[in-house]
Amino acid sequence: MGNFSYLSGIEPESSNLIKALQLVQAKEGYVSDDAIVEVAAYFKLAPVEVEGVLSFYAQFKRVKPGRFQIAVCDGTACHIKGSNSVFKWVSNELGISDGETDADGLFSLFTVACLGCCSLAPVMSVNGTVYGNLDRKKVAKIIKEYRAK
Amino acid sequence: MSEIKMIRVGAASCGVAAGALPVLAMLKEKAGDIPVLEVGCLGHCYAEPLIEVVKKDGGSVMYGKVRADETSINNILTLAEAGRFEIPAGRKSKELVKVLRLAGRIVPTCWDDYIANGGYSALKKALAMTPQAVIDEVKKSGLRGRGGGGFPTGNKWGFLAAKTAPEKILICNADEGDPGAFMDRSLMESVPHQMLEGMLIAAYATGATKAFIYCRAEYPMAIKHLRIAIGQIYEHNYNDLNGRKIEIEIKEGAGAFVCGEETAMIHSLEGERGVPRFRPPFPTDSGWKGYPSMINNVETFGNVPLILSEGGDEYAKIGTAGGRGTKLFALAGDLRNPGLVEVPMGITLGEIVFDIGGADPDGVKAVQCGGPSGGCIPVELFNTPVDYDSLRSLGAIMGSGGMIVISKKRCMVETARYFLDFTHRESCGKCTFCRVGTTRMFETLERIVAGRGEESDLDLLESLGNKIRMGSLCGLGQTAPNPVLATLRYFRHEYLAHVRDHQCGALQCGALVDVKVDHDKCIKCKLCVKTCPVGAISADDIVVDNNKCTRCNSCIEVCPKKAISRVKKGEGVRK
Repeated sequence: MGNFSYLSGIEPESSNLIKALQLVQAKEGYVSDDAIVEVAAYFKLAPVEVEGVLSFYAQFKRVKPGRFQIAVCDGTACHIKGSNSVFKWVSNELGISDGETDADGLFSLFTVACLGCCSLAPVMSVNGTVYGNLDRKKVAKIIKEYRAK
Repeated sequence: MSEIKMIRVGAASCGVAAGALPVLAMLKEKAGDIPVLEVGCLGHCYAEPLIEVVKKDGGSVMYGKVRADETSINNILTLAEAGRFEIPAGRKSKELVKVLRLAGRIVPTCWDDYIANGGYSALKKALAMTPQAVIDEVKKSGLRGRGGGGFPTGNKWGFLAAKTAPEKILICNADEGDPGAFMDRSLMESVPHQMLEGMLIAAYATGATKAFIYCRAEYPMAIKHLRIAIGQIYEHNYNDLNGRKIEIEIKEGAGAFVCGEETAMIHSLEGERGVPRFRPPFPTDSGWKGYPSMINNVETFGNVPLILSEGGDEYAKIGTAGGRGTKLFALAGDLRNPGLVEVPMGITLGEIVFDIGGADPDGVKAVQCGGPSGGCIPVELFNTPVDYDSLRSLGAIMGSGGMIVISKKRCMVETARYFLDFTHRESCGKCTFCRVGTTRMFETLERIVAGRGEESDLDLLESLGNKIRMGSLCGLGQTAPNPVLATLRYFRHEYLAHVRDHQCGALQCGALVDVKVDHDKCIKCKLCVKTCPVGAISADDIVVDNNKCTRCNSCIEVCPKKAISRVKKGEGVRK
């Protein structure tokens, strides 16, 4: 079982449950089964209650993501500007689909509702860094750069 | 170089995404003694990264699309003509910048900057008035909720003020979940203190004892700036409201669109699933943990200091009966100058889209207002004045202010499908009509764009849409059918082309188009053959096998001669 001692910085009061799960995800990259058990014990809840809350929110990942997390924005502006093509290019390049991680554990791919950079549509982000005005060439270049890291 | 007083670099999220940070680093290195400041958003996203050079004589020069290279940076430091950016005249004449007055002008995290520009003078003024007088001023201003609902803000404040309870909760809705909207992000990133000042005034007027900001986690810079700003407020003791101290806590949302709904947001703040509940009781009667609670949106709070500063009557001089003051709109989609704009209520859609946005008058088909809860308005109705009531009468809503311009090259059926894809996934599942109904609507639209739709599907969509509207508890369900109903109303012919002729006029629906190589233009470089991920293009004669092709557009993008294009279904078949 991992070490979740950092939870002690949060007051174990039910309204802080989401905050605690966010902290776990920030530290571990995802929320594992072990983490759910730990968080539940910390808040004096049943694990199923924690999972019930967690499963409601799109932000939480239950599977360990890759080193680089690629989020292709599918907000309205990006959609209008061809985000489905962007998604297909990335997906073809990496050989994985929405919500998947590649075999080397290097890249994870998923779509997000909106990154709020609509005027640069279509956009995607890699580990939080936003890349705008994407075309096929740019996408290929960005992935190549991260591969080399 | 000595003419320059300081250099401002637009470093809000959009600017950073456009490459502002390397520019900033290089400027800092080269500028010598000249201060180089990181400021927020000026709203001209199309020209990012955007630099403003303030001269010692008070004038200023802007540079757009700056790159981190010698030429660009030297242009700036020598105030060269090359690379200068001028605010388009059309925008200058139509815009009315009030709420965003300090955005891009001050350093967002600098307390002194905000104070030097009149910051917190509205709070001081409010604290010298009675709470009731503050509420009356807000009522007089005619301010209505900027989050989309349009409820009169002063009335809401009055409801909370009238309550006696051990705790009264003030909540700022900063969960800008509407895809395509970024007004709140920009305001929080660029002038975090303005919204906080509005919150403090509201807390004083309503007697709130605790304040939350529910901000979506996808906005890390906004959260960072707010945290710094709250720290500064505590440090200067500005959270002391005539002897009563208030704490402001930021709660990060976790990615659920429905949490923009009041009661869902309260559940989420309580650490539970963000499911809405029946109203009444309204949050001002029983909200967070049962305490009276009031939710206002970021932009609403952002307007409050203005109202107090200039007075409610003065504020109300701008706008129409259907909406007072100015409104921020996030312009995006098919237009030349996407960005954030502030305009007086009552301006027409055409003025926003064409004069400010620089959209091509011959190319625009419609504008989508209010995101997934709104509807599209066709170009024929662009002389409609923009306020809460007029947009609703057209089947759209003001919404929070996302405005997506849709060109004639886009398919409206596909656009409606997109929105239903979003809402059916975001439906929390509580109400059957919303949970099942939006899914059925989505499936029907999927069928239509795949060329398997029937004419009776249009009646099905309309019937389902009206039932979902009536049978859903919260705003998400009640408005989810809007994009479909509005497109059926204004663009029925596009639906008919899909179901009767199995054609997509805009050539957007993959199942209803072929991809074809124009052999008169083709130079046989075979780049497309190499690029195609599914090997659908033959190497010998460069012909697309449309049965294999996934319509990913890769070949169209790479072709140096633009010889490959989408054509009507059936026209790409090998002869």
